[in-house]
Amino acid sequence: MRDFLDRVEAGELLISDGATGTYLQEHGLEPGGCPEEFNLSRPDVVRQMAADYFAAGADLVLTNSFGGSGYRLKEYGFGDRVEEVNRLAAEHARAVAPADRFVLGSIGPAGVLLKPNGPVTRKEMFDAYCRQVRGLADGGVDGFCIETMFDLSEMALAIRAVKETTSLPVVATMVFDKGPKGYFTMMGQRPAQVAEGLARAGADVIGSNCGLPIGHMVEIVAAMRSASALPILTHVNAGMPKIEKTDIVYPDSPEFMAEEMDRVVGAGANIVGGCCGTSPDYIRAFVRRLKD
Amino acid sequence: MAELGDVENEFLCNELEQYVEEEVEKQRMVDLYAAISLSMQAIAAAIIDGRHHDVDRMTREALDKDVQALEVMDDGLIAGMALVGIKFRDNFIFVPEVLACARAMKAGMAHIEPILSASGIDPVGKVIMGTVKGDLHDIGKNLCIMMLRGSGFQVIDLGVDTSPDDFIGAVEEHGANLVGMSALLTTTMPNMGRTIEAFIDADLRDDVKFMVGGAPVTEEFAEELGADAYGADAVECVEVAKRLTAESASVHP
Repeated sequence: MRDFLDRVEAGELLISDGATGTYLQEHGLEPGGCPEEFNLSRPDVVRQMAADYFAAGADLVLTNSFGGSGYRLKEYGFGDRVEEVNRLAAEHARAVAPADRFVLGSIGPAGVLLKPNGPVTRKEMFDAYCRQVRGLADGGVDGFCIETMFDLSEMALAIRAVKETTSLPVVATMVFDKGPKGYFTMMGQRPAQVAEGLARAGADVIGSNCGLPIGHMVEIVAAMRSASALPILTHVNAGMPKIEKTDIVYPDSPEFMAEEMDRVVGAGANIVGGCCGTSPDYIRAFVRRLKD
Repeated sequence: MAELGDVENEFLCNELEQYVEEEVEKQRMVDLYAAISLSMQAIAAAIIDGRHHDVDRMTREALDKDVQALEVMDDGLIAGMALVGIKFRDNFIFVPEVLACARAMKAGMAHIEPILSASGIDPVGKVIMGTVKGDLHDIGKNLCIMMLRGSGFQVIDLGVDTSPDDFIGAVEEHGANLVGMSALLTTTMPNMGRTIEAFIDADLRDDVKFMVGGAPVTEEFAEELGADAYGADAVECVEVAKRLTAESASVHP
């Protein structure tokens, strides 16, 4: 089996999966509940989620481990089970992965800031990510997707944790906001700077996810492409959430996003998928539009 | 109307020239800085530059020379933060720089607060802050609290996963009339609305103003759920808190 990087480098466009949180909420996760706890208590749901995304045509599926760092799991009382929770997350997706598809270990922000902006030292942050990476690697992931990061320093520590603990490829994507002078991370880096920073930190694939609607993601991808030749992955939200009566709805439809994905790919993305608010229906629409 | 040359502190002059782009705003800032004493200009400059040791020392020196605590707060610390807010809003500085300024502000407030409370001067306002029920994310809320405290607000921090009853209890215990709610998760955003409903049920809605924020929260969303105001970031949070405090003061004199 060739790994997903070889296929991207050979020029193939890959489709990734859609939202995890949105799916789990539709299958019993309480608002604000711990998604990673489902790896322990609801393995059936976690496996079905991966299976649904593979069935929709996703080449890559991310594990249910976005909040799987010790800092986040501790908040829910699972701080001493980091390796186990992450290993299970990987095993659940692996168990339903067809032979020619891939499982990426999802890693999200720790939710605490590094010194001097917050209380955590670089060594503590690095060690926390190493534990999560080990769990995911033990569970059999093909690579990692470190996502929704807003601080390049924290991202660099997570990338290093992957590189020093495994020999697997790593995708690194950050979240941007739009201000009066353009796109910036919370810490003030522009997409082009982020692209260079991620490459320096050792990422094999760079990109952006979450945050802004798809029209903005086109511009972010273009800016990152202008600064780097590395493959680019983009996971896009189904628009900005709105309230309709008592429900939270994401306004962008699968068809609308699939059409817009032409522009994301045109701007230089090599792997595309969904973030908050997307579902297997979105992935099916992306596959139909971009692959068939 | 003052002119840029009337601002004697060179650092402040340069900052105004480089970072305040809009003419009316620039004039307002020039007037503000030209009207304060040289020692207060130096404190404002140290705030903007994030030099907390200098703010600590200069605040102490000013108080030793019998400058009124309120004057140091308004003309030194808060005047400095005004420019920090403009630079942040216009993408010249970002969260790390604002945090450095907030630390400098905190160093000054540490000397001023005890004097104000000992002399019975009320804080700028009193705010109850919490991340809503079910949500454990607090980076944004903590940034807001730092900025609020730096601006002279008394903040009661209820932490994360705050139930409507906890908000109600804190409002009653502390006699606050401003509540700030934060959420990072789309799924917990509706708990902002549920908290407001709980205040309505407890017949307390008219006593408090609500401000809300968090990554997925929008102005539109805030309006839908019946909040009084939305703040996009920690700097806006302070502006909103000042506005709501002034509004409720005019309703409850």
